[in-house]
Amino acid sequence: MKLTKFAKPLVLALAFTVAAAGCHKHPSGVTPLPGYAGKNKLEDVPPSGPIRPGEEVGSTGTPSNDPNSHANWGEHTDILQADTVYFAFDSSVIKEDEKPKVAAVADYLKGNTPNAVKVEGHCDERGTAEYNRSLGERRALAIREELIRLGIAPTRVDTISYGFDRPAVQGHDEAAWAKNRRGVFVVLTPPTAQ
Amino acid sequence: MKDNENLGLGLKSRAGRESCGDETSPPLARGVVLAFSVCLLTLISARGQTELQVSKAIEVVGQTKPIPVSMSGFSGEVAQVLEFDLYVQGFTFTSPEAAQYLITGSNNGSVTGQLRDPHNNSTMLSKAYTGASLRRQAHAFSDDIVLKVTGRKGIAQTKIACKVQNGANSEIYIADFDGHNAQMVTRDDTLVVAPCWVPGRLALYYTSYKLNHPDIFYHDLSTGTRRVFARYGGSNMSPAASPDGSQVAMILSKDGWTDLYVCQADGTDLRRLTKSPQDESSPCWSPDGKWICYAAKDKEHRSLCKIPASGGTPQRIATTGTPSPTEPDWSPDNKWIAYTAQYRNFEICVVPAGGGQATLLVDGEDPSWAPNSRTLIYTRRQGGGTVLSLLDAPTKQVKDVSRISGSSNSQPSWAR
Repeated sequence: MKLTKFAKPLVLALAFTVAAAGCHKHPSGVTPLPGYAGKNKLEDVPPSGPIRPGEEVGSTGTPSNDPNSHANWGEHTDILQADTVYFAFDSSVIKEDEKPKVAAVADYLKGNTPNAVKVEGHCDERGTAEYNRSLGERRALAIREELIRLGIAPTRVDTISYGFDRPAVQGHDEAAWAKNRRGVFVVLTPPTAQ
Repeated sequence: MKDNENLGLGLKSRAGRESCGDETSPPLARGVVLAFSVCLLTLISARGQTELQVSKAIEVVGQTKPIPVSMSGFSGEVAQVLEFDLYVQGFTFTSPEAAQYLITGSNNGSVTGQLRDPHNNSTMLSKAYTGASLRRQAHAFSDDIVLKVTGRKGIAQTKIACKVQNGANSEIYIADFDGHNAQMVTRDDTLVVAPCWVPGRLALYYTSYKLNHPDIFYHDLSTGTRRVFARYGGSNMSPAASPDGSQVAMILSKDGWTDLYVCQADGTDLRRLTKSPQDESSPCWSPDGKWICYAAKDKEHRSLCKIPASGGTPQRIATTGTPSPTEPDWSPDNKWIAYTAQYRNFEICVVPAGGGQATLLVDGEDPSWAPNSRTLIYTRRQGGGTVLSLLDAPTKQVKDVSRISGSSNSQPSWAR
C-alpha cells in the first residue's frame, strides 16, 4: 500500500511501539498507544457499519446515589489515604494486587457505620479531557462495584470523576502518570458525628 | 447574535470572482479525493472551445494552496487584525506582482478599504467603516473580503468559549475568536469545564463542580443567569446542545455506567441512548439534529460512533488510519467530522462525515469547527500547559489565539 503523508507518522509510531515492546520498556516521553500496540494494524481498523450495542460485561451497573444524599456530611481525606487504588494505563479494571486495598476499605466501612465513602476517579494526562472524565468515573464505578460485591450497601458509596484535572503529582513521565491513575477514598461522616 | 452584528453596514451576499487557484495536489491516498467544499464544475462549450469554469476552488483538506494577496496602507493593530483574520481563512501575503488580489486602504481614525483584482483591473470592494473600535472595523473589512473572494461568510466577528486554568481550578471564559475581548463567565473557585455554545444563542452549557459534585449548568449570557441543568447521581459530563438548541446530549453515570443520554432543553424526557460498561465520551450533533456522534469502544476497538438522537442502533464511523479517535465535532456544512487521534502525541484529524479515509492535519486536540466549516479552533500542549490555536483545514495554516487568561486555555467551543 502506498504510504500517504499521514500514514508515515502512523507507521513510524507503529515501528516505535514494536521497538518499545521489544525491549519491554518504554523510552521516556513515549506514549504507549491504547489498543494499538502492534495488535491492531491499519487493516484491522473496522469499517463503518452497525456495532453491537450494549455489550454485556460483568454486572449491569448499580444506580448511583442521589447527589444530595451526603450533602452536609464531613469529608476526611486522611483516613483511607493509604488505600488509594492505582490503575494501569487507560484501564478501569482493578488489578489483583490492588484488590486488598478495596477489601480494607470494605472492612473499614463494616466497622464504622454509618460512615460512607466517596470514591474519586482520576487519570493521568495521556488522554483527552472529556475522555478522561469518563474514564475517571469508570474507575470510581469499578471500585464501587467491588465494594458492593464485598457487602457494602450501594447507598454508602458515592462516585465522582476529576479526569486529569486534579493530578496527585506534577510531571510528564511514567513515574508521575502511575501516581495519577488512581481511585481515592474520602470518608464521609454524618453531620452529627463531626 | 449581538456580537455578530455587522456594524450596520450589511454584507451583500454575492459570490465573488471565481478563483481557480492551483488544483494540482500532491499524491493522494489511492482513489481518495477529499474535496473540502463541493465544487461545481461547469463545462461550457462555445465555438469549439471548452472553457472550464470552477465556481469555487476545489479545496483538498490539508493540501490546498492559500490565496495570495498583497496588502498596503494599513498599520498597527488594523494591519495585524487583517493579516490574522485572512491567514486563518486560507489567505497568504505576498508581493503585489504575485498577488491574486490587492487589498489597499487606510486606518486614519477609521478603516477604509478596497479589494482589487489586478488581472482585470477591477475594484471588487470599496468600503468605509465607522463605529465600534478600529479592531472591530478591521474584522468587518476582513469579513467583507472573505465573502467577496470566496462566497463564504467570514468568521472574524464570531465568539469562542473555553476553559481557563488557574492553579488547581478552572473557569469558563468567552472571547472573540482571536482571543481578544475576553470575558470571565464563571467565578466558581473550583473546576468548571467543557463549555458548549448553544447554536445561535448567547448561552452555554458546561460542567461545574461548584455544588461539590460535577453538575451540568445552563448559563444565559445575555442575562447573566444560570441554572443547574443536570444533577444526577455520579458524574454529569460533556454537555452538547443540539443544532436547534431544543435538546442536550451528555454523558451521565446515574445508572452505574458512563453512558450517553439526551433530554429536552427544559431538562425533561431524559433518555438513555447507550447501555454499555465500555467507553462513551464527548458527544456532538449532526447539523440536521438527527444523529449524535461520540467516542466509543467496542470490544478492543476504539472508534467514533453515531446513534440516532431518537434512540436506536449505534453505527461506527470509520476513521481509517487513525488510532483512538475521541472528541468528535461535526462540521456545520455536514461534510466532515474533526476529532482527536492518539499517536505518540494527539493529532487533529478530519474524516468525511460518513466515515472513510481520515486525514491527519496537525498536532493538537479537541477541535471545534468555525461556522465556515473550514477553520478549526483546538488545544495545543505547550510546555506544561496548553494554548488555543486556529487551523485553516484546507491549507493547514495555523496561528495561536491570544492567551485569554490564566496559565492554560483549553476545551474551546466555537459559537455558531
